[in-house]
Amino acid sequence: MLTAHRVSFRHGPRAPYILREVDLSIRPGEIVGLSGPSGRGKSTLGRLLAGHLGPTSGSVTVDERANQYRFNPVQYLHQSPIFATDPRWRISRIVAEGWTPDDVTRNELGVKESWYDRYPHEISGGELQRVALLRALAPGLRYLIADEITSMLDPVAQVEIWQVLLKRARLGLGILAISHDQALLERIATRVVTI
Amino acid sequence: MTEAVETTSRASSRLRINKRMLTLAATGIGAAGIACVVAGAIVFGDFGIATDFSARLAPPSWAHWFGTDQFGHDMFARTVHGLNVSLWVGLIAATLSAFIALGLSIFATTCGQWADRLVSFLVDATMGLPHLVLLILISFALGGGTHAVIVAVAVTHWPRLTRVLRAEILQLRNADFIIVSRQLGKSWWYVGRHHFLPHLMPQMLVGLVLLFPHAILHEAGLTFIGFGLEPTKPAIGVLLADSMRYLTAGKWWLGLYPGVSLLLLVLCFDAIGNGLRLLLDPRQAQL
Repeated sequence: MLTAHRVSFRHGPRAPYILREVDLSIRPGEIVGLSGPSGRGKSTLGRLLAGHLGPTSGSVTVDERANQYRFNPVQYLHQSPIFATDPRWRISRIVAEGWTPDDVTRNELGVKESWYDRYPHEISGGELQRVALLRALAPGLRYLIADEITSMLDPVAQVEIWQVLLKRARLGLGILAISHDQALLERIATRVVTI
Repeated sequence: MTEAVETTSRASSRLRINKRMLTLAATGIGAAGIACVVAGAIVFGDFGIATDFSARLAPPSWAHWFGTDQFGHDMFARTVHGLNVSLWVGLIAATLSAFIALGLSIFATTCGQWADRLVSFLVDATMGLPHLVLLILISFALGGGTHAVIVAVAVTHWPRLTRVLRAEILQLRNADFIIVSRQLGKSWWYVGRHHFLPHLMPQMLVGLVLLFPHAILHEAGLTFIGFGLEPTKPAIGVLLADSMRYLTAGKWWLGLYPGVSLLLLVLCFDAIGNGLRLLLDPRQAQL
């Protein structure tokens, strides 16, 4: 179980708190929707859970253990994948940084091998989001923080990606879906949390 | 109503000359020009150092392309020698400068807030002072000569590159793809080698090459006003300073040719620097 225990966060010792004593837990196979107005710290909470930020106080644990420095079983997916990929790397290398995906997973996500020799800015945002998702879906992944990952995609791509993720959830992947899209959350989430 | 728009036009089978090829060509020409100077200096050897009073102050001719000076030195050979001297002084000074910049930018970004403030202050202070005054001061304090010029140029040319590298490192350190790489289980060593280095190397390389023209021009300027290289060395600055006495007597070739040659050498470096910048950037890959 991925647990945030009384997590607080602020950017400096004198800065205002963005999050104060938040508790949240995600069980394997559960899809938790996280919604709320802009600026309430949804993304910050996601980043804290995935270790992109360290909490000012409180703790984030996976099965009551703090994360070791290996492949983090909690991965965060950005709203804009262009920032999450090295602009000087080609797609093949970007994917390989996570793992070497099998063809089934690759085709499931609609990542084409013809993209592999291109740079991130040479494929579309939607295509790059599939690449970022493919990179994250390594064997060690147990929880995925999906921060508005489909908000910039067309409806068909949105359905495709969430179908893959729903299938993964049935196999035990825990997902925190951060979104403003109430309709989406109602459709995919097992429960919705609002902050 | 929707309408189909053709987005891919038929590519002609003939090889098209694109901007990337032109850039590559310009870079190649620049490199060739510099190689010619180095090779020329080796080929000429002592030629141009020996005096020949039978051909004093001869205007440009087929025998002496750039004419001769008051001692009958062949000015073409002397110009090539001078450019070669400038080249080596520039190379050593610019390389030293680039490494000072790299060292300071890494220091500023890894050793905490006070280090960053210190480096920023040093950059501002050095940039705030007039370049030439600082150059003269350092060169004079060190007693003049080649070593003094190299040191003077090296310790005055690092601020700009330091700023660029510091900004680049700061930006990379907070970049999402670096954080993601760490979360994917990569060590700082791996991240440094595979994420930081490919971003810093082009900046460093281009910065180094673009430092050359500055270093060379400042070396020539310093020598011209008498605080630089020894007057016995056939440096461009020395040639230009010598020509001053004869320019008013109508011996225009003594000043024009060395000056134009120096300008061409600087342009060669500029072509290489700008070429490298474009060629190393993946965003310019399709130009």
